[in-house]
Amino acid sequence: MDYIIETKNITKKYDNFTAVDSVNLKVPKNSVYGILGPNGAGKTTLISMLCTILHPTMGTAIVNGYDVLKNPKEVRKSIGIVFQSRALDDILTGREHLQMHASLYGVPKDIRKKRIEEILDLISLGKKADEFVKTYSGGMKRRLEIGRGLIHHPKVLFLDEPTLGLDPQTRESIWKYIQELNQNQDVTVLMTTHYMEEADKLCDEVSIINQGHIITTDSPSNLKRELKADTITVRVDKPDKFMEEAKKLDFIKEIFLMDSEIKLMVERGENLVAEVVNFANSNQIFVNSIELEHPNLEDVFIKYTGTTISER
Amino acid sequence: MPELEGIYTIWLRENKRFIRYRSRILTSVVTPLLWLLIFGTGLGSAVRFGGGLPGGYIAFIFPGIIGQTILFTAVFSGVSVIIDRQYGFLKEILVAPITRPSIVFGKALGISTTALIQGLILLLLSFVVGIQMTLSIFLMSTVVILLISIGLAGLGLLIASFTDSMEGFNLILSFIVLPIFLLSGALFPVGGLPSWLKIAVYLDPLTYGVDALRAIILNYSVLPLYVDVSIISLFALIMLLLSAFVFSRREQGLM
Repeated sequence: MDYIIETKNITKKYDNFTAVDSVNLKVPKNSVYGILGPNGAGKTTLISMLCTILHPTMGTAIVNGYDVLKNPKEVRKSIGIVFQSRALDDILTGREHLQMHASLYGVPKDIRKKRIEEILDLISLGKKADEFVKTYSGGMKRRLEIGRGLIHHPKVLFLDEPTLGLDPQTRESIWKYIQELNQNQDVTVLMTTHYMEEADKLCDEVSIINQGHIITTDSPSNLKRELKADTITVRVDKPDKFMEEAKKLDFIKEIFLMDSEIKLMVERGENLVAEVVNFANSNQIFVNSIELEHPNLEDVFIKYTGTTISER
Repeated sequence: MPELEGIYTIWLRENKRFIRYRSRILTSVVTPLLWLLIFGTGLGSAVRFGGGLPGGYIAFIFPGIIGQTILFTAVFSGVSVIIDRQYGFLKEILVAPITRPSIVFGKALGISTTALIQGLILLLLSFVVGIQMTLSIFLMSTVVILLISIGLAGLGLLIASFTDSMEGFNLILSFIVLPIFLLSGALFPVGGLPSWLKIAVYLDPLTYGVDALRAIILNYSVLPLYVDVSIISLFALIMLLLSAFVFSRREQGLM
């Protein structure tokens, strides 16, 4: 597997406080990689070190083949960054932001104009491209920042909490945009988030970080599968009989009746739905409805840290 | 040359910002005119000015008021990096693949250009105080104004490197900008001062800038022009290097 980012025991200490503690990450090329954790877990500190803004106290990282300590300038050329807080100048236009970025990143003059047009197309600012940024909506500002981060065709795009403070509708559109980006451009996306849903929806792989430590890394679906707790909810015409007979099924880890619904806790529920229906039929029980629910990342987070992500 | 391009880009932004905030251009012309016309005429009528200048007191303070305009513009534009930092725009520049000294140079050059524009507008208004303007005065003043403003912009950037919020703005005004202005001899001749004040006056870099402008515009100065120009050149160089150094060292708390 080709890794575009590899960290080697990267650590950042502030006086007595260790913000990031010996983190080892491997980010596969062209993936969307998520760093999930509550506020203050060390996500931004970690990203800042990868962007060469902060010096690691110990350890290092390789980004696009360059060491962040030895070749910070090459690293910077390889990456695009969208910060958690806004980094726009109110009194410049969207197009000017792109022009400025293109020249700061040394995009050759002859292709600069074309690139800017491409990006403006991509982020669909329309006529607003030539108006001052202070007239933009929150979503437009964010799209401009993401577009700006792409103008020098970086190999890695860092997104630090890309949808923080956006309304649900804008959030959806940014998600769609990030997905399209990953499919259509040759770019790896490394994003931090504390929204479970966001990590679940966008990321190929997720590292859960808490108090400066990486707790676990896997794809969202594997992480959830690890909980071994899919829930199958069935409604049948003879619930009592079903409860009685179901005790014979050894794949059921737990079974309970809630109101008129029977909940079965199982592993890999998607393989078992048909079996449950056949089992009911063979016992002359009629199934009115059956539903399968996977655990969400919130459950995963609770398992590993003992708290919900929003409790901190 | 990516570094040169980076310097140019930062220079360009500084100038765009200056031109777009129209109120800034207006105040930068009106404020010095108020000083000249009201303060200059007022004090000029009250005291008998012993300088023996044809234009009297108002002509005497004209180069001083140019110095004052440059001082306020340059230092406060330098300090405005704090606002860039607060609004996050500084990060965008800091992560770009150009060196920190280039960022500082671009900023300082941008600021000195805006200060120069204001200085030149004032020079064009010299007829108001009855001073004859010639091409050579104009060109020599341009050089001196650029040198002073680079140094003062560097000073502003240096202050910004040590300051995190604009809450310290009043401190900067009271303890740095106003003393530099008042001690520079912009408003009074520095020849016959008590020695304690004289020392302070000669420690003020703007003293030499104002004296140089006076030498060029009024042919009236305390020190020879070449001494003044050497000192303000040295000041500009030191401030530029120092602010680039300090700015580069500062790496934490940017995100």
